[in-house]
Amino acid sequence: MKNNFIDKKKYQDTVEKMSPKTNIFLNCFNAFWSGGLICVIGEFITNYFLNLGYEIDVARTFCSVILIFFGVILTGFGVYDKIGKFAGAGSIVPITGFANSVAAPALEFKKEGYIFGVGAKMFLISGPVIVYSTLASVIVGIFYYFSL
Amino acid sequence: MNYINAFWVGGLICVIGQILIDKTKITSARILVLFVVLGCILGGLNIYDKIIDYAGAGACVPLPGFGNLLANGVKEEIDSEGAIGILTGGLKSASAGISAAVIFSLINALIFDPKEK
Repeated sequence: MKNNFIDKKKYQDTVEKMSPKTNIFLNCFNAFWSGGLICVIGEFITNYFLNLGYEIDVARTFCSVILIFFGVILTGFGVYDKIGKFAGAGSIVPITGFANSVAAPALEFKKEGYIFGVGAKMFLISGPVIVYSTLASVIVGIFYYFSL
Repeated sequence: MNYINAFWVGGLICVIGQILIDKTKITSARILVLFVVLGCILGGLNIYDKIIDYAGAGACVPLPGFGNLLANGVKEEIDSEGAIGILTGGLKSASAGISAAVIFSLINALIFDPKEK
């Protein structure tokens, strides 16, 4: 019984020693420049459409759609996962991360069919995002309506 | 100058997400929800538009920008259509992003197969 206890303690020590230490400073640095870079690409796309003569809102929508396109396609090639391991939140927080959160489960559950696999699992992560952002927008709307 | 502001503001928003992931038990899926809702609230309070004026895509591209888009959509729709805008404005303004993500992901799933992990 006592032996067992020591083994457990030893085991826990070993686990602690072997599990990778998260270097928060390095993680933040990588998240900073990779996330910043995606935003710079976004700024470039927005400026491109502004120069074509589109309104700022339309240019920003084009920017979102194009970034979503690349987020999805990179997920398809299996590249976005690799970027994510390196960039952490730098790949999750930009809109490309939202695209990845739709594309990745859709692809992963393909074997369960196109209805309950791709169609349903597509919203595994993005579903809650849409639910709670809709809720937030309705609450904002109610406050705005009654403050007019 | 635009590009520099977009870079550091966008980067900083990502760092906030990274700190939340590393320091708390918040998973990345919850970060997505949290940031979009936060953006929507800041948009409702007219704060986020000021960040966008300064940082451009540095504030539009991160997820709070998506939430802000919903808040602005609701306000514009209420201005033009009245009370029904409370329900229609948010998703209307988010429709391009959601439709794009859904359609691209669907085509993506048709073309590609899951990679071995």
